[in-house]
Amino acid sequence: MPEVSPAPAVACAATRRRKVPTHMSASPDRTALLAELQAALSADAVLRGAEDLRPYECDGLSVLRELPLCVVLPVDREGVRAVLQICQRHGVAVVPRGAGTGLSGGARPIRDAVLLSLARLHHIIAIDRENRTARVQPGVRNLAISEAARPLGLYYAPDPSSQIACSIGGNVAENSGGVHCLKYGLTVHNLLELDVLTATGETLRIGSQALDSPGYDLLALMTGSEGLLGVVTECTVRLLPVPEHVLVLLAAFSSVEAAAESVSAIIAAGIIPAGLEMMDRLAIEAAEDFVHAGYPRDAAAILLCELDGPAVELEERVREVETLLQRHGAGAIRIAEDAATRLLLWKGRKAAFPAVGRLAPDYYCMDGTIPRQRLAEVLGRITAWSAEYGLRVANVFHAGDGNLHPLILYDANAEGQLHAAEEFGRRILELCVAVGGSVTGEHGVGVEKLDSMCVQFNAAELAQLHRIKHAFDPEGRLNPGKAVPSLHRCAELGAMHVHHGQLPFPELERF
Amino acid sequence: MCIMASCLSPNWSVFDIDQSQTLQVAVQEAHARSQPLAIRGGGSKTFYGRQTPAGDLLDLGGHRGIIDYAPNELFITLRAGTSLQALEAQLAEAGQMLPFEPPHFGPAATIGGTLACGFSGPRRPYAGSARDTVLGMRILNGQGEILRFGGQVMKNVAGYDVSRLMVGALGTLGVLLEVSLKVLPRPDSTVTLVRPMDPVTAIQRMNHWAGQPLPLSATAYDGEHLYVRLSGTGSAVRAAQTRLGGERLPDAEAAAFWVALREQRHVFFQGDAPLWRLAVAPATPPLPLAGQTLIEWGGGQRWLRGARDATALRQLAAEHGGHATLFRGGDRRGEVFHPLTPPLLAMQQRLKAAFDPRAILNSGRLYATL
Repeated sequence: MPEVSPAPAVACAATRRRKVPTHMSASPDRTALLAELQAALSADAVLRGAEDLRPYECDGLSVLRELPLCVVLPVDREGVRAVLQICQRHGVAVVPRGAGTGLSGGARPIRDAVLLSLARLHHIIAIDRENRTARVQPGVRNLAISEAARPLGLYYAPDPSSQIACSIGGNVAENSGGVHCLKYGLTVHNLLELDVLTATGETLRIGSQALDSPGYDLLALMTGSEGLLGVVTECTVRLLPVPEHVLVLLAAFSSVEAAAESVSAIIAAGIIPAGLEMMDRLAIEAAEDFVHAGYPRDAAAILLCELDGPAVELEERVREVETLLQRHGAGAIRIAEDAATRLLLWKGRKAAFPAVGRLAPDYYCMDGTIPRQRLAEVLGRITAWSAEYGLRVANVFHAGDGNLHPLILYDANAEGQLHAAEEFGRRILELCVAVGGSVTGEHGVGVEKLDSMCVQFNAAELAQLHRIKHAFDPEGRLNPGKAVPSLHRCAELGAMHVHHGQLPFPELERF
Repeated sequence: MCIMASCLSPNWSVFDIDQSQTLQVAVQEAHARSQPLAIRGGGSKTFYGRQTPAGDLLDLGGHRGIIDYAPNELFITLRAGTSLQALEAQLAEAGQMLPFEPPHFGPAATIGGTLACGFSGPRRPYAGSARDTVLGMRILNGQGEILRFGGQVMKNVAGYDVSRLMVGALGTLGVLLEVSLKVLPRPDSTVTLVRPMDPVTAIQRMNHWAGQPLPLSATAYDGEHLYVRLSGTGSAVRAAQTRLGGERLPDAEAAAFWVALREQRHVFFQGDAPLWRLAVAPATPPLPLAGQTLIEWGGGQRWLRGARDATALRQLAAEHGGHATLFRGGDRRGEVFHPLTPPLLAMQQRLKAAFDPRAILNSGRLYATL
């Protein structure tokens, strides 16, 4: 889930700049490529001047930036196909980009590659009331689908915090979740069909309008593939009925452990809340200062629990949950039944990232997942490391699904702090893997977590991932260098798992 | 709160066997000799897929046992050869279930075979498919490497989603060794309503209701009666029952009905005539087909019996956004699954080669060239 980034989605704040590449001068090949792109698309659909490229130099991970060879903005599938075919003829790589809200550098440009923006493919093609589906172009904003379906009593369930800006094509690329994914699933659970163009511009129709499709489940493989396997030009998503009733409970705890235990107790009671979010003291204070949601400042942790369903069911459920929370040491419990109060309670959580962003010049957002029962242990280690590095950490936790977002506060202008924050972050992710979790729950690997992938996967596993990439894109021209680290990189890092003292692929080229 | 296998009921630890190493050696040797393997769990689903030349048997039936079950974390990790019956019994003890209500097709059914076939039961449109339930897997690829993808957590976007890719691949991409699945609490209350209805109205109703916030957990139409199952809290089910109307089936009869439907023991499925499965966009009106059609999944899954013109049937399914499968019986030497477009088939062949370069794993079971 691309969370709302502290930096504007497409304009990268200058203070976070790490490196500014010098733009290459035009070679004859490049001139021919640009001429062909301009001939294939409309005149305003190819951006090439440094000032026009600047807004695209990063995605939501603004610390990593680069200017692309050019930016192309086709308006339809044939335009996308033309771009892919021209780039193939020239042997040039392509970086697909949706709204640019991703937080792992997945859409960060590559210097000698064409940046393919899908932003102008932004039409909702059809909403099928009877079959409860929406067919949309990839540049359609996540929230726009729900807004269009709302008059029919339907909505699109995955709701990443950036849903006001992020695009459905990007959601597919990242397998975005949202605060309701414990109950309603991730993007992969809410997709029916994709039209995909391969690196060579060939059309693949993946999935179907039915509940399954013949052959391998390429829909699952494509979802979360971070633009390495194909470019989505159209997708059909599943719509769900809007719940009859929604309410939110806010509970304050004097310890993080008590909050975590109450989450387990709710799930043990057979209740699947629509949303279950936890924040620690620093996150609470930051959010409270920022949006005044009425969070208790003296709490060590708060839990937000959203329940949805028929009114008659909620009447029972809310009492049950309240009792469980009290039994596990919850102090004050607030229940928001009306939409205004509910939104206010959520507002603090949804604004947690920018709120924490006000506490320090910079912050580094982590995205590990852990089994929930290891939460107290993991937070304990983070606290200890926080003291060791002298960097404060605020924790925001999707408690229902074990997705932890420690936000490491630092100042990029202070000598060594960026490096310390990155090292601190890597240790957190290694810990997530060690306790049985993952280095990324929803933000994706992109460029940012390539090194951490070496910790989560061994050489044979990474080689298998590379062979999948090769099956789709033998020339390696779609978003190269992202999502899956080369074996060479992992070996140099010294972090790769080596089973039984030897690399499983001694004969394999170290790409 | 993590329950390890050794803490479960005693018979688990007695029969738990990790055969990963033996299985790995078998696949490595087969790879070295380019010897085709026929992967088998409990043998309950040998009817499914294409008939293939005999390969050496790779028996997963002994590779069984629950490795980790954390009810409060809503996941279970187990070896692929674990019996589906035993798994469901274990979940029921903790008041939980597999959301996709899989068919067994025999007492020997294993979880690995169920996932390899990608079978889901009556609850599928309302609670997700077999593939949706998968969190992670350990597999053996065609070179005999043990690889782990995904994990035990609900959210995990590190690397391509290889574990969900395995579901429905009929063992042609990898041998499933261990699987982690999302589990859900069993609903407090379940009620089945039945009423006579014509097919046009039945399909319309099922789809209309699916667009309402109702606790639907299964729907079926047998040509004369519409069956609707509601599951959830007592109060929600009672409220929906009043709203939908119809006669309430006695609980035992209702449970037996859904099991018979799921296991294809319902009278519709009796006899040896070929069984076709059509998956279409659920609101598709009744199709112009001779003979009876049994409809499930809110209209999304439709069953037909008898010898049919495969080409015509597939064209009809495709016109309605779906596909047709020769599920049981008939000529199984030809293609039993819906033909893929040439670019899609070529892509899947490259993918097969990426996992199983010498085509030793159940090759030909899914498509002649996969």
